[in-house]
Amino acid sequence: MPKPVPTQQLISDLLEGDRLALARAISRVEDDAAEAARIVRAVFAHTGRAHLIGVTGAPGTGKSTLVSALVESYRASGVTVGVLAVDPTSPFSGGALLGDRVRMTGHSGDAGVFIRSMATRRGTGGLAKASADAMLLLDAAGFDRILVETVGAGQAEIEIASVADTVVVVEAPGLGDEVQAIKAGLLEIADVFAVNKADRKGAARTVAALEMMLETGGAAAQTIFHHGQRMETGAATSETEAGDGWSIPVLETVAVSGGGVDELRDALERHRAWLGESGARTAREGRRLDHMLQTLVQAEFLARMERTLSPALRRDLVERMQRRETDPYSAAADSMKKLSP
Amino acid sequence: MKDSQIRVLVAKPGLDGHDRGAKVIARALRDAGFEVIYTGIRQTPQMIAEAALQEDVDVVGLSILSGAHMTLCPKVIELLHAQGQEDVLVLLGGIIPDEDAVQLKAAGVHAVFGPGTTSAEIIDYIRTAMAGG
Repeated sequence: MPKPVPTQQLISDLLEGDRLALARAISRVEDDAAEAARIVRAVFAHTGRAHLIGVTGAPGTGKSTLVSALVESYRASGVTVGVLAVDPTSPFSGGALLGDRVRMTGHSGDAGVFIRSMATRRGTGGLAKASADAMLLLDAAGFDRILVETVGAGQAEIEIASVADTVVVVEAPGLGDEVQAIKAGLLEIADVFAVNKADRKGAARTVAALEMMLETGGAAAQTIFHHGQRMETGAATSETEAGDGWSIPVLETVAVSGGGVDELRDALERHRAWLGESGARTAREGRRLDHMLQTLVQAEFLARMERTLSPALRRDLVERMQRRETDPYSAAADSMKKLSP
Repeated sequence: MKDSQIRVLVAKPGLDGHDRGAKVIARALRDAGFEVIYTGIRQTPQMIAEAALQEDVDVVGLSILSGAHMTLCPKVIELLHAQGQEDVLVLLGGIIPDEDAVQLKAAGVHAVFGPGTTSAEIIDYIRTAMAGG
């Protein structure tokens, strides 16, 4: 095995736009928390330029195909694109089958495109823990737009709203009735709706249901709680800053043929312009960084807990609880005292 | 905290569309705890090398049933080396005559797995190679 490239070298090559350095840096932030800190520290000053677009939706709605079509549309307009495609890690084996590239061929040989698949590993909410870091690296490497495709999301996988500037929720005809559309969660985080497979029966009904939901919808909660973590949604911005006027468009697309994809790209560019003019871009970036801060502090706490609360110590506490010498709350309070740095 | 994962690209270069084997292997490698990037059929050597770079994989597994392995494999290896990925393990699966396997190994293919190979053999091979064996 050859010696691995030193991190400093990797960072400077990445900032020059070297693709292999970028790929290796993403692996290091995924694999090693200490390396992630080192690399992100070094590149952070070079980030903040790219427009971060999240693409989410239920499995089978055509997210990967739509992302690929969007890449093509962006490339035709001369803009460079980085793609992060997230697929789930098996909770049983720890392995993952990352298949989004199957739908993303056709960009071969184009230096303006970089596609990376990422397994969720221990991440929750439809993204990997390293997703936010990888987005920073793609940004630092100079890509103009970064498309992040989440895992096929159910109704509450809304992590993407706290890491993207713009969220596209992809729907497809025939997945549910109007009541599905007014349920909480995924639909509340959309800045743009794409009803994909719009050549299929029922597309008009899906569009109508979404439009009805948008017309009748009240403001989404500004602060939400997800996996015990405080999060602030993007959709709240469009509602609370409605004075600046972003009305959420519902667009029809047929990703396989490219139908409606340029219009979707236009809507994303309009949203990008709106974010800049209304000041929402700064607000969202602030929320994103606050989210990263909380996530990192939480991870550090967890690591500290694992270091301090040894299995032997926990066993001892459990036995004391079983003898009713102490109770779960007192045991937790005692444990907390041991956590001091 | 370290969380290293072995990343494997499973690709089908060339024009045959017989992807059952590649899919079975992809699934078996996933179940063995690897992160498998599956690219689908009809990939050119350029597409495979490019995916291997962007995905920063440790292993490239090629499945070829078209008989074009003597052209496709050396080309993939040449491209991997040219882009600085000399350390990537290249494995080949398919129907490969013994004399071809000898030549391909000389050209940089690390192992050739023919019909009858079990998934466990391939998984063991990768684990041993990744452990520096």
